Amino acid sequence: MAKRNQHDPTSGEENPQTQSAADSARNGITRRGFLKGAGLTAAGTALLDGVHAFSSETAGNRKGVTELGPGPVPVRLHVNGAEHVVQIEPRTTLAEALRIHLGMTGTKIICDRGVCSGCTVWLDKMPVNSCMTLAVDAVGHQVTTIEGIAGEGELHPLQAAFVRHDAMQCGFCTPGMVMSCAALLERNASPSEQDVRQAVSGNLCRCGTYPKVFAATLDVAGSTRNA
Amino acid sequence: MASHLNVDTPGEELIPEQAAAPPKKSVQMPVGVPDYTLTSETRQVPASEPPVWPINKDLKCVGQSTERYDGAAKVTGRARYTSDVQLPGMLYAKFVDASIPHGKVVSIDTSAAEKYPGVRSVHVIQQVLGPAVLRDPKLEQVKYPVVRFAGQPVAAVAAVTPDAAEEAAKLVKVRYDAMPFVVDIDKARASDAPQVFPGPADEAGSAGGGGGPSDVPQTGNVHGPSVHRVGQVEQGFKEADVVVEGHYITQVQTHSALETHGVVADWKPEMLTVWASTQGTASVREELAGFFHIPLTQVRVITEFMGGGFGAKFGAGNPGVVAAALSRKAGAPVRLMLDREEEHLSVGNRPSSDQRLRIGAKQDGTITAIQLISYGTAGCGTGAGCSGPAANLYKSASLHTEENDVFINAGPATAMRAPGHPQGAFALEQTMDELAVKLNMDPIDLRDKTDPHPVRRVERQIVRGSDLWKSRNPTAAASPGPVKRGVGLAQSVWYRFVSMGSAAEVRVHRDGSLEVISAVQDIGSGIKTVMAQILAEQFGVPPAQVAVKIGDTNYPEGPNSGGSVTTLSLTPAVRDAAWQASQKFLADIAPALGASPGDLVLVDGEVRSQSGKMQPLSFRRAAAKMSSAQITAQAKRVPDYAPHKYLTYGGVDVAEVEVDTEVGRIRVTRVLSVHDCGRPMNPTQVISQINGGITQGMSYTLFENRLLDPEYGLMVNPDLEQYKIAGAREIPDIDVRLVEAYLGQSSTDASGIGEAAGVVSIGAAIGNAVYNAIGVRIRQTPMTPAVVLAALRTAAQRREIA
Repeated sequence: MAKRNQHDPTSGEENPQTQSAADSARNGITRRGFLKGAGLTAAGTALLDGVHAFSSETAGNRKGVTELGPGPVPVRLHVNGAEHVVQIEPRTTLAEALRIHLGMTGTKIICDRGVCSGCTVWLDKMPVNSCMTLAVDAVGHQVTTIEGIAGEGELHPLQAAFVRHDAMQCGFCTPGMVMSCAALLERNASPSEQDVRQAVSGNLCRCGTYPKVFAATLDVAGSTRNA
Repeated sequence: MASHLNVDTPGEELIPEQAAAPPKKSVQMPVGVPDYTLTSETRQVPASEPPVWPINKDLKCVGQSTERYDGAAKVTGRARYTSDVQLPGMLYAKFVDASIPHGKVVSIDTSAAEKYPGVRSVHVIQQVLGPAVLRDPKLEQVKYPVVRFAGQPVAAVAAVTPDAAEEAAKLVKVRYDAMPFVVDIDKARASDAPQVFPGPADEAGSAGGGGGPSDVPQTGNVHGPSVHRVGQVEQGFKEADVVVEGHYITQVQTHSALETHGVVADWKPEMLTVWASTQGTASVREELAGFFHIPLTQVRVITEFMGGGFGAKFGAGNPGVVAAALSRKAGAPVRLMLDREEEHLSVGNRPSSDQRLRIGAKQDGTITAIQLISYGTAGCGTGAGCSGPAANLYKSASLHTEENDVFINAGPATAMRAPGHPQGAFALEQTMDELAVKLNMDPIDLRDKTDPHPVRRVERQIVRGSDLWKSRNPTAAASPGPVKRGVGLAQSVWYRFVSMGSAAEVRVHRDGSLEVISAVQDIGSGIKTVMAQILAEQFGVPPAQVAVKIGDTNYPEGPNSGGSVTTLSLTPAVRDAAWQASQKFLADIAPALGASPGDLVLVDGEVRSQSGKMQPLSFRRAAAKMSSAQITAQAKRVPDYAPHKYLTYGGVDVAEVEVDTEVGRIRVTRVLSVHDCGRPMNPTQVISQINGGITQGMSYTLFENRLLDPEYGLMVNPDLEQYKIAGAREIPDIDVRLVEAYLGQSSTDASGIGEAAGVVSIGAAIGNAVYNAIGVRIRQTPMTPAVVLAALRTAAQRREIA
């Protein structure tokens, strides 16, 4: 699939109306494109209203930029290998989209300002704070959440190590910790303890379970090395 | 129990007098520490009690590090916390918080909020929970609760989306008649300070702690003193060869649990159902039923998982009652979770302290007098007493403590992990260290002389033999170069509180599955795992065969989890229920097996005949022979077997620090933590809690500080970046040595660990290590670089003058 403009929330394959809107956005707004797509579905209308406002004021100056909202717009997200179209306001964060609109509540909102990493998910395997990422900015990226790092009914080796080492107490920081540590192992199969500390330096745990998080992650790294 | 402690265990009934004593039997129980002091003592116990368990090494499942029961749910994100609960048609609520620190509310205009798209209900708060209450309510004739701190909830809005609720909350217009305020404890003590209350006010000891004594005088903002005297301190100081004294100051800490306070409330005419992030399902139910004048039977509280409490999460509180009111009005379920700022401001904190401590001692280390005069602020609440360690750690011929609460215009304190004890131990244990220096005694020798506790004596012996302690240079400031290394130790104490409201039911099903149910909640300490282990031990099956269902007031009553009561209170009830169910089970199937019940035992997943008359049968196949679908037994906590013995427990913590004398930075590099908690039921989980106590205590000692702006009365760091808590890069290498200490108290002989787990003592251990490193004593927390540099400068100036 071609990489899409991040700010184009509609990927187009699902129905012809949004397809044409997407084309319009990519190619610059034309009156023909607008009219073609206008007023056909609620979703399309919400999107196109935004496009219209933009086109009448600044068309031609900011090629490829689409203005959306403030009402809900359809946004297509790729989460854990599956596609989802959600109706969300453009200001919706990825964390809110996952938790409220997709019911994936494993991702936690704790500080809600990018300090605690409780909301860590991967965008194309890069750990990000989903409370500081707009859902529309995740369009065109593969989102991986705590629910998706292992197959259905399976545990990722790191998840299994967390259980083995009791690397959790209340468990509220655990999804974010797992996502940060698993991302570390993706980029460095043999990390040192300093590397692990660095990888979770943004992850807060109030129960104070850090030593076991280090041990669990190093345990998996060890088994990877020995394998 | 020392009566002046500001510790009130939720639901606690101190050992009741037996109306009609049940028949007793005499048993021999292990008592003491294996490899050190293990012996046995005789106990008279109710005849219905199960056989005495041997020490851990002779058990199969209890005392082993069984994996956490809900570990897989937590690592996969499947664990559903209150903030994850989503019900059909659920609304999201947002508080309107007071923007000023002190004043009367003149009017509240909700009309714009009510008209806002998506809003379904608006509630104006008529009674605010938490702050102290005037002894004479007539002193304040007001329509709305007086605002006593910035962030006090005033109203709330429920709407179809979180954003709509937040936007509508901003449209509620509150008009205030602002009053003078004070947010500084020293200024609040002055006779001309603005008054937080127009007369004496008290905060009743609430579920789980917090609150303080109500039978004390109040002068201005100073609520106290609460005085406690043993013997004559004046005489004690006269008899002393050496007197040491110090002035210690500790700051306000906020709990900062990662899941904020909150509930999902679903008000239906026949039943109010509430999912709550709480340490006490029972406490939430009681407060809601009392507040709305409905029977307990019409309130159900559910806590499947909760994201940390540390003492602040008892009762429904303002979020609970307001969400219920909004739900009733809207006819829909309502989720009300606080945001991070509200969490810092309005739902509790650890009070500050300002302590003047004096200790008198003989040349041989015998303590003749301890005197502590303390002030502390619990905001607009009470509970800043901190004399627990001074009163309960060492043997002293005399004791005099005076505790004072100072009201300021800040959110009310609540219990926080070992209320009063980190503050008290910070002063006491540094003063003991100073005493050792003055007496030219080893700090461990001094404690061996004055601390009568038999288990801590063993713990000190372990410390004495450790590489870390042996590496300590007894001469302070001995390391060369600008980065100085030091090692110090301190001791902790906590108390054996039993919550008699602890019950459990065990069910054996015909398919061989087992379950145990109780209203108790798992706050992260792992009670679910321990309950599964107990059934596994009793029935001879793997723990994975046991289903644990807790966190629901529909189940038999469970303890509120505060004051380290959960494991020691509930596990005997679980074991008794499991034992009774197993006996019923064997009696039920014996006829079908052609055996006598007394001949049958449950071992290694099988039913076996002790006499060998019958071939072993798997537990599952035996269960299939049950005469009914389910066998159940319910048991309640039996009082401690020896209620007047072994009332305290604790530990010894050693810290190694590096102090950079050029920039003032303290780094804790290693910690040795030697602790006891009766019979450790699951050592791994106990170690997890001790890691946590050390981490929280270190974080408190070095980093955390609630900062209030004296000009505006607002908190300037109500978030998690400016309110700094310890993170991964600051965590020392923590070596935990668990000491099994059998007490002969119950059918499981478990004790608690949450409070004693390092959080009490690590601050003083760091202080003593810093003294050992630089030869200067830091008597103030947090020990920031500025504080360290100032202390070094003062010491250098003193040397120049001398």
